[in-house]
Amino acid sequence: MEVLFYTILTLCALGVLAAVILYFVAQKFRVEEDPRIDEVEKMLPGANCGGCGFAGCHGMADALVKNDDISSLFCPVGGGECMKAVAKYLGKAAAEKEPQVATVRCGGTCEKRPRTSQFDGTKSCAVASALYVGETDCAFGCVGYGDCVDACNFDALHMNPETGMPTVDPDKCVACGACVSACPKHIIELRKKFPKNRAVYVGCVSKDKGAVVMKACKAGCIGCGKCVKTCPFGAITLIDNVAWIDSSKCKLCRKCVNECPTGAIKLVGMDPLPKTPKVAPAKPVVAAAKPATAAPAAAKPAAAPAEKPATSEEKSQTPVQATPVQETPAKEASKAAPAVEKTEEK
Amino acid sequence: MRTFPIGGVHPSANKLSAGKPIEVLPLPDVVNIPLGQHIGAPAVAKVAKGDKVLTGQLIAEAGGFMSANIHSPISGTVTAVGPQVNAQGLRQPMITIKREGDDWVETIDRSETLIKECTLDSKQIIEKIKAAGIVGMGGATFPTHVKLSIPPGKKAEILIINGVECEPYLTSDHRTMLERGEELLVGVTILMKAINVTHAVIGIENNKPDAIAHLQKLATGYKGVEVMPLQVRYPQGGEKQLIAAVTGRQVPPPPALPIDVGAVVCNASTTVAVYEAVQKNKPLIERVVTITGKSVKNPRNLRTRMGTPISMLLEAGGGIPENTGKIINGGPMMGRAMVNLESPVTKGCSGITVMSGKDAVRREPSQCIKCAKCVAACPMGLEPYLMAKLAQKHGWDSLEENMITSCIECGCCQSSCPSYLPLLDWVRLGKQTVMGRIRARAAAAKAKAEAAKAAEAEAKK
Repeated sequence: MEVLFYTILTLCALGVLAAVILYFVAQKFRVEEDPRIDEVEKMLPGANCGGCGFAGCHGMADALVKNDDISSLFCPVGGGECMKAVAKYLGKAAAEKEPQVATVRCGGTCEKRPRTSQFDGTKSCAVASALYVGETDCAFGCVGYGDCVDACNFDALHMNPETGMPTVDPDKCVACGACVSACPKHIIELRKKFPKNRAVYVGCVSKDKGAVVMKACKAGCIGCGKCVKTCPFGAITLIDNVAWIDSSKCKLCRKCVNECPTGAIKLVGMDPLPKTPKVAPAKPVVAAAKPATAAPAAAKPAAAPAEKPATSEEKSQTPVQATPVQETPAKEASKAAPAVEKTEEK
Repeated sequence: MRTFPIGGVHPSANKLSAGKPIEVLPLPDVVNIPLGQHIGAPAVAKVAKGDKVLTGQLIAEAGGFMSANIHSPISGTVTAVGPQVNAQGLRQPMITIKREGDDWVETIDRSETLIKECTLDSKQIIEKIKAAGIVGMGGATFPTHVKLSIPPGKKAEILIINGVECEPYLTSDHRTMLERGEELLVGVTILMKAINVTHAVIGIENNKPDAIAHLQKLATGYKGVEVMPLQVRYPQGGEKQLIAAVTGRQVPPPPALPIDVGAVVCNASTTVAVYEAVQKNKPLIERVVTITGKSVKNPRNLRTRMGTPISMLLEAGGGIPENTGKIINGGPMMGRAMVNLESPVTKGCSGITVMSGKDAVRREPSQCIKCAKCVAACPMGLEPYLMAKLAQKHGWDSLEENMITSCIECGCCQSSCPSYLPLLDWVRLGKQTVMGRIRARAAAAKAKAEAAKAAEAEAKK
């Protein structure tokens, strides 16, 4: 009994002693941290994606509290709303930034860009592009092993097995830029997000000359410069044989889309402008009939069967000669197909 | 028998063309000559479209200290200077020449007579080698004149001639040693003179007994030259491995070079090229290329001019076999699969290996079982499994700490892996990235120093 009593007493004494020591140690080594940092961190989305340039949300919150001028700091995930709330809490001026979305600037799908070799190594874009040109002849296009998909923390990127290329879900994309830095070919760009996920962009980054591009890919930008002349807003520039649309200047007028001879300029979420009557009188009718199938989800299945009857080579080379043999409905279908490809390629 | 102390593997040799004498390939009608055939800065083209050139004429000048001259391998008209697709499918600046006859530059001595005497001094020899555009022909394509220019404060003690040819299948060095032994040995004496050493060792693996016997017999006539048979082990042909095998000295990790342990290593074919450059004024415009593979009808060794399309070599070997999976520029261990068969033979191309059927396909990788076979196989004493993992996780700083820059990309790790993991793929990517980061850091430091200097100068004013 006595043993038990002394044991309890000793342990209690030890506990009290340790508590006293700990109290003084805690006083001595206390870290003064601004309590607002924790509060700001709670206001941030907590994705820890690193899209702001800091290692995580805590780093961002720390910078937001400590810096007087926070206009250069921006959380792409929370967006303007989140930044406004933080700025209001801290009594500082928030950064204004329009929402952005990741855009895959390559149109080299399986059918547009023939595979010329087979890669036997590790299925990683970084590994493959460090070794050689890739499975196609285009040295600039999408490699297609999905390094960007692996990099995305928000489930916004997926490989499309039909095209062999990644597609961005604009509703899920937070423009953190992880995919942009993961892509060894620098294809993915953060572009201004228009309402209803509309977009007009050049789906090609090839700096090769026109003839070389055409040989490797049927959807490449050949650097002809027609779009540059057409654009009424001066949004398009042609550098190193490739056109680029400045999304901050673009007004989505869609004039460049019809000008592009290869269909490298992609149009998303909108119908193309009716083509000028001098090209083909039947075209406006076809285009007008499109809206029925133009919803993004419905367009792809519609495009695929239309292409199957005629091989892609026949279409591009001798569409006029090939069509008279077939009956009229087929003719319409084959004529409609190129229009669909250009508009809904992505 | 000597060999290097750590790591290494023993792949089956498959030296199918070892018994075939060197034959001369007919001249190609059109050649493409890349401006970047060596390590370092690409050469600068000295000819333009429409120019007439003679065989052996300088067509591109070294573009810096670490660079090499390039000479026309045929005579004819330059038809283009611009980007062409190389073996990796990437566009690279090349000079295209259409052949008209075969007229050589007059100063080149094309006779077969052996000239033993060399009256030039060290500087003149190095100058001649530099003018001839000679680079390491074993595959690394390091400019030879840079290697021979001993930096001040260091001293060469031994010259090592690399006749190891440890890469499976390839036999171009083997045949060169057998058929051009005298020239090789004169080349050795010239190199000894150039770097001012009295002792030279020709290292040859003992799977080439004929070459060892032949050179040993000839070497008795040359003072200070020794032929050393070495135990068969890949990658003994690596510069650092060969130094360890011959001298027992370890080259410290980069940026240290072989000269830091007093050794200069030169490939056997390069030594013959040095002989031709110094004694016969002949620039590096042709080399021996092995065309080989189990399915190749007629594996052989061909003396070809630089810039010859590889498809021509394949045809000389009996055409592309039916079930070909891969055509490799180089040997199966270090070579790279090609996507463009019209790409040219370059200074570093020692062989073309055709892989067919099952040999051409990688096996399905499974999990790492932590057996550490890759660690045991690594001749540089690195940890490939760890580096592969770090490269996958983008741990570039830890990769640098783990000395990834020492990796010689020999592929021993991958070939020894029982799980068939693609270790080299990741290690190579990690090495490239880390090298890029080191270069970027150096450039940033340089820019900062220059900016500080400029600011200082401004303040003085």
